[in-house]
Amino acid sequence: MSTKLTIGKGINAGLRRAMEADPKVLIMGEDVGKLGGVFRVTDGLHKDFGADRVIDTPLAESGIIGTAIGLALRGYRPVCEIQFDGFFFPATNQTFTQLAKMHRRAAGKVKLPVVIRIPYGGGIGAVEHHSESPEAYFAHTAGLRVITVANAVDSYWMIQQAIASDDPVVFFEPKRRYYEKAEVDTEAPLHTATPMGSARIARPGADATLLAYGPMVKTALQAAEADTDHSIEVIDLRSLAPVDYDTVVESVKRTGRLIVTHEAPLTSGLGAEIAARVTEACFYHLESPVIRVAAFDTPYPQSRLEEHYLPDLDRVLDGVDRAFAF
Amino acid sequence: MSNNTAHEEPELVQLLTPEGVFTEHPDYPLDIDPEELRGLYRDLVMVRRVDTEAVALQRQGELGLWASLLGQEAAQIGSGRALRPDDMAFPSYREHGVAWCRGIEPRELLGMFRGVTNGGWDPAEHGFHLYTIVIGSQALHATGYAMGVQRDGSVGEDGAAVIAYFGDGATSQGDTNEAFNFAAVNHAPVVFFCQNNQWAISEPLERQSRVPLYKRAAGFGFPGVRVDGNDVLACLAVTRAALNSAREGQGPTLIEAFTYRMGAHTTNDDPSRYRVSAELEEWERKDPIQRLRTYLEKEGIADEAFFAEVEADADKLGERVRHECRTMSDPDPLDIFNEVYAEPNVHIDRQRAEFADYLASFEDSGAEGGR
Repeated sequence: MSTKLTIGKGINAGLRRAMEADPKVLIMGEDVGKLGGVFRVTDGLHKDFGADRVIDTPLAESGIIGTAIGLALRGYRPVCEIQFDGFFFPATNQTFTQLAKMHRRAAGKVKLPVVIRIPYGGGIGAVEHHSESPEAYFAHTAGLRVITVANAVDSYWMIQQAIASDDPVVFFEPKRRYYEKAEVDTEAPLHTATPMGSARIARPGADATLLAYGPMVKTALQAAEADTDHSIEVIDLRSLAPVDYDTVVESVKRTGRLIVTHEAPLTSGLGAEIAARVTEACFYHLESPVIRVAAFDTPYPQSRLEEHYLPDLDRVLDGVDRAFAF
Repeated sequence: MSNNTAHEEPELVQLLTPEGVFTEHPDYPLDIDPEELRGLYRDLVMVRRVDTEAVALQRQGELGLWASLLGQEAAQIGSGRALRPDDMAFPSYREHGVAWCRGIEPRELLGMFRGVTNGGWDPAEHGFHLYTIVIGSQALHATGYAMGVQRDGSVGEDGAAVIAYFGDGATSQGDTNEAFNFAAVNHAPVVFFCQNNQWAISEPLERQSRVPLYKRAAGFGFPGVRVDGNDVLACLAVTRAALNSAREGQGPTLIEAFTYRMGAHTTNDDPSRYRVSAELEEWERKDPIQRLRTYLEKEGIADEAFFAEVEADADKLGERVRHECRTMSDPDPLDIFNEVYAEPNVHIDRQRAEFADYLASFEDSGAEGGR
């Protein structure tokens, strides 16, 4: 059955389906119960699955991830909601030293199928610590899988794939795109969905590859549309760790140019890693250096300035122009 | 400025005095037969021997590091023997005595400190999680696990309970306090077992806490009790009661085992820089092994032949520990890439293949006469 869903409702429907399919799936976090989360992503789940499966936790992020690890050791599949990107940091120890490492520490004898959902990114006029893009910290940490979604089809399927994965998965939700709609076939079998580790060509093109993920995919598609001089291929990366280099490299070998854009700051961002890898793999195919269009190396600014901080359509187009200037 | 509130004269649950005199405690009756008493003595001697051997092996360069349990044998054996097979323990990195009670081979512990593994044993098989090095992290894992036990409906007299081990230093960590709170509000079947060995590396207890540690529990809404951590019988009785209370749905308990780390924090540490020898001498008089031995002798529960047999067994164990440590082989270099993820990961697979080719290139060059 095909239904029109927003990204937020897609996650909600995906969570519901996962909880119906497996009684070991739990939701936990701050305000995820009766309120349904501050973005209402868990709306209605507390009512239908009860307080033992939709757990309102004390306000302690390390406690959320640390107890989720314990629940997973007991055979549960917890889905943790961190209320906002900037609130994740108290949980870094549990995530980086424990969650990410325990499977290897145990030589494979324990599995930690924990999902950490993080609404991330800017563009909603929020106060400090509510608009950050911390994905590179996670992508740098072995043992974690890091994914993000750009449309409701992916939000519905990828949350289910993340829950089904035996690895810990960090699931970044582009909060300014929560209300973007798409047609979703909610009854297809899970295994028919695009695997969560793969990138997706969101728009085919011949002259340059424009790579984006999460909230920037929409901007990238607008940029490709706006550039009537060139045929721009847009890749929605989807998986930030591991990156699907096969798809990226194959595209760049065809187009000869790569522009990477993300909301996170430029330095040591995911774009830097992708630029290095693609340069190594496509050196003789590249017509220009890999261009990055990212946020500045500053703390996220006060919201009245965020339109200047976040890469917008014009800055992405400027990046495309820079690539064609070589 | 210090008025040593954290050091206030302890009100301890004690069953066996340092002189080896047994007294019943009204709240913690202990039902124990002579065979079990002799077994506890054997455990204490064995784990002290494992520890002694490990320290020596570190000095000989066979181990990269060792965290000695010297002085804490009673706290660990008493609490460890209170556990039932279905219970689950979450240790820190010094719980060699608890590991012994859970059937973990000493070589598994040594392997980690030798750098051969990062863990080694199967936590589910032994009801004993892997050693956790980042202080206090495991208190939350234990609490979450206990929340899982609740959800499984594994409560009641035959149910399972969970125990988290940590030291006095860990009570300063946010994670430990978050664990107390999560356990309290969820009524989770978990026992927090703090071995207060008086020192967090070089920092004495008064740098960790302004209140006696067991009193922290009251602020979270569950009972706290301080037990003589050098009294194996008291540790057994108090832990058994707390575990039973947890498994029967009464929620968490904090046990503060008041003890002393007689050795260094680890083999990298030099306690002579921060503590005086008189302190050590005072605690040597409270030695957990000697006091049980005195009791067993006085009551005629064990004779000279028994003690000689335990000593001989300890010698054999020591020999085995030395042999097993020295003959442990290094892991294959490609083990670096193993089990990073539970599911296939093309990125790791490619790095493994590249590194394998790189390593193989040396074999080729060796065949051609080296480089």
